Amino acid sequence: MTTTATRTEQAPGGDTLRQALSTRPRPRRANPVYASLTFAWRALLKIKHVPDQLGDAIIFPIMFTLLFTYLFGGAIAGSPGNYLHYFLPGVVVLAVALTSMYTGTTLNLDISKGIFDRFRSLPIWRPSVLVGAQLGDVVRYAIASVFPVLLGLVLGFRPDGGFAGVLLALLFLQVFAFSLAWIWTLFGVLLRTPSAVQGLTFPIQFLLVFGSNILVDPQTMPGWLQAIVNVNPVSHAATAVRGLMHGTVTAGELGTAFLSCAVLIWLFAPPTMYLYNRQER
Amino acid sequence: MTSDSVLAIETSDLVKVYGETRAVDGIDLAVRTGAVYSVLGPNGAGKTTTIRMLATLLRPDSGSAKIFGHDVVTEADEVRSRISLTGQSTSVDEELTGLENLILVGRLLGYRHADAKARATELVQAFDLTEAANRLLKTYSGGERRRIDIAASIVVTPDLLFLDEPTTGLDPRSRAQVWDIIRAMVGEGTTVLLTTQYLEEADHLADRIALIDHGKVIAEGTPGELKASAGSGALHVGLVDPGQRAKAEKTLTTVLGVPVHRDSDPARLSARIFDPDRAAQALRELTGSGIEISDFALGQPSLDEVFLALTGRPAGDGTGTGTGREAATDKKEATV
Repeated sequence: MTTTATRTEQAPGGDTLRQALSTRPRPRRANPVYASLTFAWRALLKIKHVPDQLGDAIIFPIMFTLLFTYLFGGAIAGSPGNYLHYFLPGVVVLAVALTSMYTGTTLNLDISKGIFDRFRSLPIWRPSVLVGAQLGDVVRYAIASVFPVLLGLVLGFRPDGGFAGVLLALLFLQVFAFSLAWIWTLFGVLLRTPSAVQGLTFPIQFLLVFGSNILVDPQTMPGWLQAIVNVNPVSHAATAVRGLMHGTVTAGELGTAFLSCAVLIWLFAPPTMYLYNRQER
Repeated sequence: MTSDSVLAIETSDLVKVYGETRAVDGIDLAVRTGAVYSVLGPNGAGKTTTIRMLATLLRPDSGSAKIFGHDVVTEADEVRSRISLTGQSTSVDEELTGLENLILVGRLLGYRHADAKARATELVQAFDLTEAANRLLKTYSGGERRRIDIAASIVVTPDLLFLDEPTTGLDPRSRAQVWDIIRAMVGEGTTVLLTTQYLEEADHLADRIALIDHGKVIAEGTPGELKASAGSGALHVGLVDPGQRAKAEKTLTTVLGVPVHRDSDPARLSARIFDPDRAAQALRELTGSGIEISDFALGQPSLDEVFLALTGRPAGDGTGTGTGREAATDKKEATV
């Protein structure tokens, strides 16, 4: 007894150490929801500690709104005011679509670090790491979408759907961003470095965003391009958001938008999970 | 739950191959509960690959591994609820504070937030990290980082703790702190599997040691047994004039009848001895032939000498051992 006591006195914390090491009952295992929420909490802490990552989420949408409204607005829709009416719901979709790519690069960075080993050696529901990270992104999407709406209101955007319409549109965008992010998480687990993820994500994002009805009505486009724009899930999302904000949304538009979300998840979530589980370093 | 009949770790012909390299090449281990077991070997011997398979992070290519009787592949979840891992690269989140890291792990293990926070606070106090608790991990020193990492592994006391080179790169004081923590943990009944390339570390901490090289166990036993396998002891001789070393080597070889090892210090020689009388005689011969001795020592062989005796080359000389860990490290560096 005496010898043990002498030894632990030299240890950091001494008796506190022995006390802290003593065996105690194991808590009940974290359920999938709780584990996912814990990872979401982690994502929020990171935003709190490194807030500059939000800069992009705020600055780009504002830049796009101003640029397109005043530079192209008159040429496209007769006047910047008219264009704003059409374009503003779209720019919110654009903002969220651009922001969703962080999920992929963040995941990739995580995998390359030692913390990933700890997560994978814990007895938790494995998808919770991915699902939780995406839940944490809710804050980022909210910020990315609220700023252009506020700017639009200042510039004269008057949504006919009122506050409720805008709110519903923003809620739908959370669902859409969550669905779209699975493409980037797939790249996140597939590729080796964050810069490779970014390199592949950027052109695809560019095509998805510009090959859609976000910026202009596809009626003046050649037929083949219209065909592409009309299957693009971003177009379906933009149509729904526009409809919700202006109070003109149809059940068909909403149905198609949610179906696009479901298809994105169905196509990209399973391979992401498969590759994630197989990750070996 | 952990009856004495069940081994903490039992592997049979465990193999992991990376391309051409057999990083782990048929390892058999049997680790009793409640002990410190050290896997000792030079860089690239296959230590980390072995530990990663045991911690369910890597799937073995063949062979089997059981933790407390549970298979690491088919019963991975059951294994995960009994183990903790402190990896070679820091397994904590750089962008969170120390306290937040511990709360994170606590919550993932099932604690409610308040309980996780209480436990985290208790651990930072015990590990002498109270002052550092609210700083971001990236500002931590090597020793602080290592301690928070180990603390994260024992938020819930595991039955088996894997420590992959826990003191590599630490200053002597931090190393001593980590050793104290390990001893205290074992005192509380945790089984520890420790990899190290420091022979001294294995000697100090471990009840049993598996010496591995090129993915194979080349010797296994208590530190004492391993030392005995290198002869009954060793004679170390220091010379006043390094220029006389060749002459001294010749004399020693003749009298002792065994190969003499030239140390990296140009004024030193050592040789395994089987009979202390012979050693005395050898020393007399040296002084008799005009070679000035500055000091000599007769002792149990160090594990360094054991390694040399068993492999024909000094430990830490990772010649020609491409391994999984090195491959993995390369990949990791490429991804950062």
